[in-house]
Amino acid sequence: MTFIPLFFAIPLAAAFIIPILGKIAKSVIWIFVTLVSFALFVLALYGTAVTQQFPMIVYKMGNWPPPLGIVMAFDSLSAFMVLVISILVFAGSIFSLRYISHYTGQWKFYTLYMLITAGMMGISITGDLFNMFVFLEIAAISSYALVAFGVGAEELEASFKYMVMGEVGGLTFLLSIALLYAKTSTLNLADMANVLQVVGQTPFFWLVLGMMLLAFSIKAAFVPFHSWLPDAHPAAPAPISSLLSGIFIKVLGMYTTARLVFNVFGLNRANAPVFFNVLIGIGLLSIAFAGITALSQKDYKRLLGYSSVSQVGYIMLGLGIGNYYGVAGAIFYILAHALGKGLLFLTSGSVVNATGTRDITKLAGLGEHMSTTAWSFRLGSLSLIGLPPLVGFFAKYLIILGALKAGFWWLAIVAIALSVLTLGYLLKIENNVFMKKGRTKASKAPFTMRIAMVFLVVLIVLLGIGFQQIIDFLVGPAANALLRGVEYANLVFGSVGVSF
Amino acid sequence: MKGMSLIVRTITTVMIGFIFVYGIYIILHGHLTPGGGFAGGVIVAGAFILRILAFGSEPGGEKKSEIRASIFESVGALLFIGIALAGMVVAGTFFLNFLPKGIAFNLYSAGIIPFCNIAIGIKVGAGLFSIFLALAAVKYVVKD
Repeated sequence: MTFIPLFFAIPLAAAFIIPILGKIAKSVIWIFVTLVSFALFVLALYGTAVTQQFPMIVYKMGNWPPPLGIVMAFDSLSAFMVLVISILVFAGSIFSLRYISHYTGQWKFYTLYMLITAGMMGISITGDLFNMFVFLEIAAISSYALVAFGVGAEELEASFKYMVMGEVGGLTFLLSIALLYAKTSTLNLADMANVLQVVGQTPFFWLVLGMMLLAFSIKAAFVPFHSWLPDAHPAAPAPISSLLSGIFIKVLGMYTTARLVFNVFGLNRANAPVFFNVLIGIGLLSIAFAGITALSQKDYKRLLGYSSVSQVGYIMLGLGIGNYYGVAGAIFYILAHALGKGLLFLTSGSVVNATGTRDITKLAGLGEHMSTTAWSFRLGSLSLIGLPPLVGFFAKYLIILGALKAGFWWLAIVAIALSVLTLGYLLKIENNVFMKKGRTKASKAPFTMRIAMVFLVVLIVLLGIGFQQIIDFLVGPAANALLRGVEYANLVFGSVGVSF
Repeated sequence: MKGMSLIVRTITTVMIGFIFVYGIYIILHGHLTPGGGFAGGVIVAGAFILRILAFGSEPGGEKKSEIRASIFESVGALLFIGIALAGMVVAGTFFLNFLPKGIAFNLYSAGIIPFCNIAIGIKVGAGLFSIFLALAAVKYVVKD
């Protein structure tokens, strides 16, 4: 069974077929992209099913054994990330048909869309540090271009700012890889985990870890480094905002942090309590600061951008708590926020498409006219706020449960109190755009846009109702994959002989 | 874009073939000598860029050439991925070097590596050339 490289080979191949299709048959591009996204979705479901049996599938690129060659290490966490990515990519590609039709050079959009997908997929499944950097740059560079896709003054400024910040992060990551390589003479994650156990927690160890944390904090937009996100995510076309806020910052920032901290550096709450308290601090700062800033925003998408910064803080909080419930909560939150925020950005695209403005003070009374959009927004925000039985509730519940089990009762109270901020800023949009009396001139959302939104709404409701299955089959194994720590290395080297 | 003086054009006419052949030599000997697909591709692109700089191009010609170059770029990338996927189809491993390796340091050796170099050469050459054309076209528009 050799399906693992297909996760990035299919979107990469699609990305280079699209320019050729763009010259000969423009009309089939969208169908092609949607089919490819759907194929990735099916493949991700299959991958998730396979990881139920095999905790770790190692794929040797070119049949070179690790640590000599590059390996793809596909475990439950990778399967989970790949599944979430493919859901949002699929929804975004359906949504794009009508949204992108105003732009010129649509094939460029879809090429970049497939490249960003390939980059994110690659980061999630690679077992090699430098390979991770390469995929990270593929995804990041595509995202710079996609943010600037509108080529207006606002888009270009946002993209430039994002590119400068993003490259500071990317190059810091590269420098820390170079330092690690000099010390450990290996780039394979599993091999590096073994060597780092021998090196121990020296000042060098903490220097490199600090640099990586800095790099990923920039990529995930934690609060001192968040300033690019509220510019960049609103400037991008709506399906891209949905992809960037929904999953991109989590793959580039959170997944990489979690994978390296737990599985490669071998840290856990027991052997590095101070570091994990720092993670909690970063999380709380993001939740509070960005949440308060979001309250004063007037731009629909900019408000959602600040909301993303704030919500990602919860994921870091869960990782910082560091016990099973905290980590499982963080992983569940990745899913919940991806669906919720992805959906909210799609509704913003629907509103912008219908009215041509993002200023919520100028919009009014869209609730009756654009009922699908309005109800999608309502369900998405209720899930983000954490209302049972929607998917967001169970994610937040697990994090708070983790805080209580770890003895941080004050943290549980603060986390609940801060979620009032979420209610506050999302009600602001609801109140202004959908509930307020009056009537902005608007056309109904096109059919494909509604399909994409309803797809995510259905997932939010269904996954919320079936939360026990999600925890048992998706989130639990993924959390255990992180919490097994440097046992990861033994699994990778142990499963090399398996014929995957 | 306007062309350059007679001296430049004459020297370019003499040199361009050598530069082109040298680039192809670097690509084809990538598995034996320093260089390879990327370096050779850059040299090949250099030959094309030199031609445009010396002889100029008709107004809007950059755009047409860029479209053609970007098709070649896609083809190069597709070839590369095709080689990788061929390894998967033929022998079950992505990027497997499934061709006979031959005798080391011979031109006909190293399995798929020369083919990878050719694909990269096409991709990089066309890519770099289209970047140049995009910049040249932007300058043209601004002048208008």
